Amino acid sequence: MQRRHYSMKIITILSVICILFLTDCATDKSKQKQKDVAIEDFLSEDDIFDDISKAKKIFYSLPSPLETAMLIKSAGAEYDEQLLNPVTNAGNYTSNRSMALNLGIYTTDLSFASLFDQTQTSIKYMEAARKMAEGLDITDAIDDETIKRLEDNLDNRDVIMDIISETFLNSSSYLKENDRPAVATVVLIGGWIEGLYIATQLVEDNNIQGNKLVDRIAEQKLSFKIVLRMLAENQKDQTGTENKDITELIADINALKNVFDKIKVETSEIKVEPDATTNVATLRSQTKITITPEVFKELRSSVDNLRTNFVQ
Amino acid sequence: MKRILQGLFVIILLASVSFTVHAQCKGFAKKICKLELIPFIHDGNYHAAILTEGEEAELYKTFYSGQDYRIAVCGSEALGNIEFQVIDAYKNILYDNREHNNSRIWDFRLESSQQLKIAIKVPVGKGDSEYPASGCVSIMFGFKEK
Repeated sequence: MQRRHYSMKIITILSVICILFLTDCATDKSKQKQKDVAIEDFLSEDDIFDDISKAKKIFYSLPSPLETAMLIKSAGAEYDEQLLNPVTNAGNYTSNRSMALNLGIYTTDLSFASLFDQTQTSIKYMEAARKMAEGLDITDAIDDETIKRLEDNLDNRDVIMDIISETFLNSSSYLKENDRPAVATVVLIGGWIEGLYIATQLVEDNNIQGNKLVDRIAEQKLSFKIVLRMLAENQKDQTGTENKDITELIADINALKNVFDKIKVETSEIKVEPDATTNVATLRSQTKITITPEVFKELRSSVDNLRTNFVQ
Repeated sequence: MKRILQGLFVIILLASVSFTVHAQCKGFAKKICKLELIPFIHDGNYHAAILTEGEEAELYKTFYSGQDYRIAVCGSEALGNIEFQVIDAYKNILYDNREHNNSRIWDFRLESSQQLKIAIKVPVGKGDSEYPASGCVSIMFGFKEK
């Protein structure tokens, strides 16, 4: 009896140690994340990021593949299937980096095709995205049921968009909750670059000035700052080990930084105009965008090089 | 043998508790917070974490001109009403949900693209519990097709 009591005591002590260890790990992870945020060195006095508190949990949000596709379409873009990454390339991606980048890329292509009612193409790209998700061991993000639901709702764009949104939510939540936030970041950046690639390719040389799509592309400078922060935050994991995929991506992305630095996006203060009838507030402000045709072409070329590197 | 089994049981129990804590926020975001976005389309991004009362968080995002957006900020029942503010680059508070009956959502459209900060605070509860309450907090964005 006494021996049994002694064993139980040991198990209890071990349990307490395990709990303390788990708690400590979580705290260390939080500290590491805060430390990584502090590494940043591209702040400017008019930057919204200049008062980031190290004591808070910080989230950065990039336009998702679905939002990216929507932004391109709403700027007046036309659909061009030639610009999508062929699904036949899916078999070429075997590294974690290439599968993560192309999960984002194929999801943006899928969103773009869906918004233009390209139903058969949408199914093909959902299959390609599924292949990437499975390669990354993301379970249950896209399964047979997802594909069937898509096939059953080909004439219902709202349902299709809901399916795309849900599959992306499944992938990103799975990665973040399984301690793979760096992979989630690479997926998002892949999708964002694909949007930038499609948009820049859709602008013709004789139609750069006064083009709404060019303004939309230039405004991506604002999201680019978020890209840099997300990468810096994920450059080291919770044990302090460098993530080589992220380091490589930072080096690749730096080519864009040089071009974005030549684009000016100035915004005025916002005046909020509430509407009691619709309950939708309008945020009134002015934005001044300065991008010359030469800088635009330089951006298009840099994005093209980067995207070629991602899809090859 | 019995001791080994007991030890294994404890390890499995701890691992499953840890997994459940993680999995809760995904389920919370998908099954509860996402509903707040209807009739907007969820962008698909996932921003959720376990926060404790008194804790604060910030989210940075670029919002684009001409788009209709909905922000939804939700917290587990144990946390009470989550406070949130939307702040611009000039540090002006554009929206404070405490002035709108602790609403979980805010709908807006922008005349020009802007980078905004969503500042979140879990209020300190008035309960007499010895330990501060913790739970999931999720921030979700919806937009409308143009």
